[in-house]
Amino acid sequence: MVVKVYGQIKAANPQRVLLCFLEKDIEFEVIHVDLDKLEQKKPQHLLRQPFGQVPAIEDGYLKLFESRAIARYYATKYADQGTDLLGKTLEERAIVDQWVEVENNYFYAVALPLVMNVVFKPKSGKPCDVALVEELKVKFDKVLDVYENRLATNRYLGGDEFTLADLSHMPGMRYIMNETSLSGLVTSRENLNRWWNEISARPAWKKLMELAAY
Amino acid sequence: MVLKVYGPHFASPKRALVTLIEKGVAFETIPVDLMKGEHKQPSYLALQPFGTVPAVVDGDYKIFESRAVMRYVAEKYRSQGPDLLGKTVEDRGQVEQWLDVEATTYHPPLLNLTLHIMFASVMGFPSDEKLIKESEEKLAGVLDVYEAHLSKSKYLAGDFVSLADLAHLPFTDYLVGPIGKAYMIKDRKHVSAWWDDISSRPAWKETVAKYSFPA
Repeated sequence: MVVKVYGQIKAANPQRVLLCFLEKDIEFEVIHVDLDKLEQKKPQHLLRQPFGQVPAIEDGYLKLFESRAIARYYATKYADQGTDLLGKTLEERAIVDQWVEVENNYFYAVALPLVMNVVFKPKSGKPCDVALVEELKVKFDKVLDVYENRLATNRYLGGDEFTLADLSHMPGMRYIMNETSLSGLVTSRENLNRWWNEISARPAWKKLMELAAY
Repeated sequence: MVLKVYGPHFASPKRALVTLIEKGVAFETIPVDLMKGEHKQPSYLALQPFGTVPAVVDGDYKIFESRAVMRYVAEKYRSQGPDLLGKTVEDRGQVEQWLDVEATTYHPPLLNLTLHIMFASVMGFPSDEKLIKESEEKLAGVLDVYEAHLSKSKYLAGDFVSLADLAHLPFTDYLVGPIGKAYMIKDRKHVSAWWDDISSRPAWKETVAKYSFPA
């Protein structure tokens, strides 16, 4: 049975799930939820995701939301299929968890308001909070220093292998690199730049970019 | 060598502490003096490069991020104490879902309330009244969703207590205490019953008794 993913292929959070499926050769179907028309806040979608967000998945009787939780579930259920996104030992898996938490609490926490102000507000004719953007850039710089350090001694965030820890960052990184003027913060850091070049060359990512057709 | 938790007096580390106590795991705590900037010292940054608490050291193994520590402890000690991850892969999926909801949706507005109501003067920044009002409204919306969910489910992930419930304890404890907004919980029948249940668990009572900030 094909997993149904409710969301938009171009949107960041659903992309975490789609990328996980592409890495693991899991068949899926995207059921478009029109975020521009606020379809995610309408009663029908609220039945799938009560906080009015995307993605949500339906897989037979199973329903789940929260993209990182969905990715963890499928990475666990299909551990032996496609790319191993979790790590092998308990200790390795916990380090992967650690960096997925970091992605939410440090990377996404800064990248989201940055992208909202720099990319989305102008599109909808709202004023960008310039003071906030300057504050966020300073914060982002400090966060990226920690990543640069980590990637100086580790090929990927979780260690030697590509895992959910790296995957989780990719949708947000795409916005930073391709839709803001902030890509210099990454390209100026040797290890971060190497890491992004390597993971964005993965076939699953390229396939996702084809599907998204930006 | 016993597992060590750094920064026990603060809220985030209590997610790790309550999990350790629920699972009956021996541990030591090491205070971190944030007021003296201890978290910015190289020796601490070697354990937690973002300079926040908690950090955990388990023999030769280091791990940070409180929810990652919760998962590690719950998995490592799966066979002892309550199973905080659920029995099946599907149960675990629900646990992960609500643990992520806590991190992405519940925690951010509550953190704003915590910082601006409890810590603004101590940390030396002006308390933002507009942000406080917006954060309370956001959190109220989230709690409305919880109210509907908990009217059909005893605990967040199902009929068993899990990491998802425990993750809410430390900052909700602030909400009903020093933040002064207990009504947000008490005015919602099912959220209130759920809160009374999880906050009266012996492991949480022990966490609060032993590791609250000295008055």
